[in-house]
Amino acid sequence: MKYFCDLHIHTALSPCADADMTPNNIVNMASLCGLDIIAVCDHNSIGNVEATIAAARHLPLCVVPGMELETSEEVHFVCLFETLEAAREFDLWLTPYKPTVKNRPDIFGEQQYLNENDELVGYEENLLVSACGVSIYDVKKKIDTLPAVIIPAHIDRDSYSIISNLGFVPDDLGFTTVEISSNISVEEAIERFPHIEAYNIITDSDSHYLGTIYERENPIELIAPTAKELVRTLKYTCK
Amino acid sequence: MLVSELKEKLGLEYVHQASDVQVSDCYIGDMLSVVMSNAPEGAVWLTVQTNINITAVSVLAGIACVVVVEGMEPDVNTVLKAKEQDVNILKTEKSAYSLAKEISKLL
Repeated sequence: MKYFCDLHIHTALSPCADADMTPNNIVNMASLCGLDIIAVCDHNSIGNVEATIAAARHLPLCVVPGMELETSEEVHFVCLFETLEAAREFDLWLTPYKPTVKNRPDIFGEQQYLNENDELVGYEENLLVSACGVSIYDVKKKIDTLPAVIIPAHIDRDSYSIISNLGFVPDDLGFTTVEISSNISVEEAIERFPHIEAYNIITDSDSHYLGTIYERENPIELIAPTAKELVRTLKYTCK
Repeated sequence: MLVSELKEKLGLEYVHQASDVQVSDCYIGDMLSVVMSNAPEGAVWLTVQTNINITAVSVLAGIACVVVVEGMEPDVNTVLKAKEQDVNILKTEKSAYSLAKEISKLL
């Protein structure tokens, strides 16, 4: 059955995201847009994932734990996890590799930890929008041991994308799914980058503002609208 | 040497002209995480990067001016951010190497 998704949404934890990107605002907006499944993907962190899942508890919306990881190649990857436990295990493994540059909120923006009532509970002091000291090759090996999938993010972008930084999607990494941005259609993406036709291609909003969260436009064929089914479909289903 | 003087001597073009500051060093790099940590203050930074974060990185590292090389075009958002943050951004068709050779004679 088709389920309508937006699997790349930032919260106010990402310094580049609007302060309105609170757990409740995100899940309510996603519901208004008629979405079935969303994923919370902040830069290098899962800090607001649990709060967003809790905020959606009474809504017919599945919130998938996620992260937008920046590897040492300065490429962004959407990581989606079947469970919060899997997300926490990955986050713990990643922690020694996370950048230790201090955030400058005046330059980059605030990095807010919020609870399920949208209350501010703290700030992340280390800058999240920088590269972790680990390569995609090592990250992929770790993700392969977890109930999780890693997806090159916004591959059509001129920066922070696997194609802009490495020239192409390396075929020795074993990806099954790639993500394109809202700037391009699947057909245009295949025309520009013919080699991606071998992958599942998904599109996400990469929303930093409430207004850009997708409407009920981008379906994925799943057995059920759950994080487990979504991750397994994106991870194991090949064209 | 001031940014404006460097601009004249090297035949660069302003994308955004900010406060005229002293240039005391040169740095070449395209990996923003590396630039953030290693670029010396007061450097003219040569890069092919055009995204909005070059402005933020410049402020963080105390860069005197960014020169976007090889004919790359800074994003609209980058220019807006540069205005907001008072960051000099210039551009050139030349490569980083050929520009650096000229800069080394001036600094």
